[in-house]
Amino acid sequence: MIIVYRKNQLPNMKPLLLLLLVLPFTLCAQDRYATRTGEVSFFSATPIENIQAVNHKAASVFDAATGAVEFSLLMKGFEFEKSLMQEHFNENYMESGTWPKGVFKGKVQGITSDDLKKPGKHDVTVAGELTMHGVAQHLDLKGTVDMDAAGALTAACDFVVKPEDYKITIPGVVRGHIAEEIQVKVRLDLRKMQ
Amino acid sequence: MTKLLITIALCLVAFATRAQDDLLNLLGKDSTVEYTNASFKTTRVINGHSLESTAPGVLDVRINHRFGLISSGAVNAFGLDGPATIRIGFDYGISSRLMVGIGRSNFQKTVDGLVKYKVLRQCDQGCRMPLTLAVVASMSVNTQREQDLPWYSADRTDFYTNRISYNFQAIIGRKFSESISFQIMPGLVHRNLVSTESDKNDLLNIGGAGRCKLTKRLAINAEYFYVLPDQGARSQYQNSLSVGFDIETGGHVFQMFFTNSTGMFERSYIAETTNDFFKGDILYGFNISRVFTIHDPKKRAREKEEGGKKQ
Repeated sequence: MIIVYRKNQLPNMKPLLLLLLVLPFTLCAQDRYATRTGEVSFFSATPIENIQAVNHKAASVFDAATGAVEFSLLMKGFEFEKSLMQEHFNENYMESGTWPKGVFKGKVQGITSDDLKKPGKHDVTVAGELTMHGVAQHLDLKGTVDMDAAGALTAACDFVVKPEDYKITIPGVVRGHIAEEIQVKVRLDLRKMQ
Repeated sequence: MTKLLITIALCLVAFATRAQDDLLNLLGKDSTVEYTNASFKTTRVINGHSLESTAPGVLDVRINHRFGLISSGAVNAFGLDGPATIRIGFDYGISSRLMVGIGRSNFQKTVDGLVKYKVLRQCDQGCRMPLTLAVVASMSVNTQREQDLPWYSADRTDFYTNRISYNFQAIIGRKFSESISFQIMPGLVHRNLVSTESDKNDLLNIGGAGRCKLTKRLAINAEYFYVLPDQGARSQYQNSLSVGFDIETGGHVFQMFFTNSTGMFERSYIAETTNDFFKGDILYGFNISRVFTIHDPKKRAREKEEGGKKQ
């Protein structure tokens, strides 16, 4: 946007400059929602056995202004009904000693800051990268975001992961115990950050 | 002047957009407490206790078997023909710190019971504890018929307490990495009745045990118990040494090893081992551990929480 003026025809730039100076500070305005107690669960169903686990300590931050969302949880935080299953999950499959966290970084489409100023339910799509077991995979997900009257934001997303995509090795002997596609459910109760 | 203002404005815009990249850092440090787990694959190294204890609500069925001496030669199939000693035991986890167990060995028809408590737990995150400290107290009772007891004599009163021995042990250990864990076990074995005047009822000992994980499911273990010197006439006794592998499958842990101790309770393997490992008096043995989840304490806690929420 380079407009060429002759020197004596330059408009008064001062208001524009003042606006430019102020603009960065408006970008820093807080329109972020966060939680430390998000719930992520996964379910694997096979004829031999079902495997289910839940993690109640997922951390997530959502910036409504830019649509950026980040998500992190400790693999050791997944609780199983059988403690031996939990030990095997961490020791043998996810190798949580080497890769302790699962991280998702993405962008939410279909919602703006203005949408969140009033209560309502919105369908959104999230495009981003999930990194776990040291492998990053691009995911395109569909979810819902629900703003209630009290200002609490509930986000929900259901998707499917394949263990092979994340280089999780499953011995042939037990391959039938673990589903090819694992159903993952994410439920977050986000609160506005101060 | 205008050029300077434009530059400053653009720099501030650039700064503001970059500051939004790492959103999660805004949440601050995660302070949830994560205790170290799986330092050893199971609650015993080979004969002795490891710093692990059975998870709450879980029953661990343990079957221990020792064959005969390898030095008994080919005609005895290098010990496979026996005589064999076995122990069948059940360990139960009461809480994440407390475990109890009971077992019976055919060696001297001994029934034993134990309590193990984790005083300190090594922490990965959220607290500062570099090692695990567990304490074990166990008691073993010889249940042979009176006439079969080694000290039986018709003209002597035998007290039931003569059959009882105790073991008190502290286990101090650390998981150094995903593959290496090590622990030391200072302890005291108390025998209510000993053979001669020169034998001591109380024997101080110190053990050391370690494991090295070779693959995700295979580990090599070694364990040694050293009875401190100058504790009575012990020339015929040896210190217990065992070396072996742990193989873990879905629900079982198989431990296969060579040891010089016949018995599987503390009085026997710490205080009364007679075989010399380095002279070939070695026994091949295996332990099988199978865990069953009896009840899930987290499920109970969650159901309570959900019940509270609904109200």
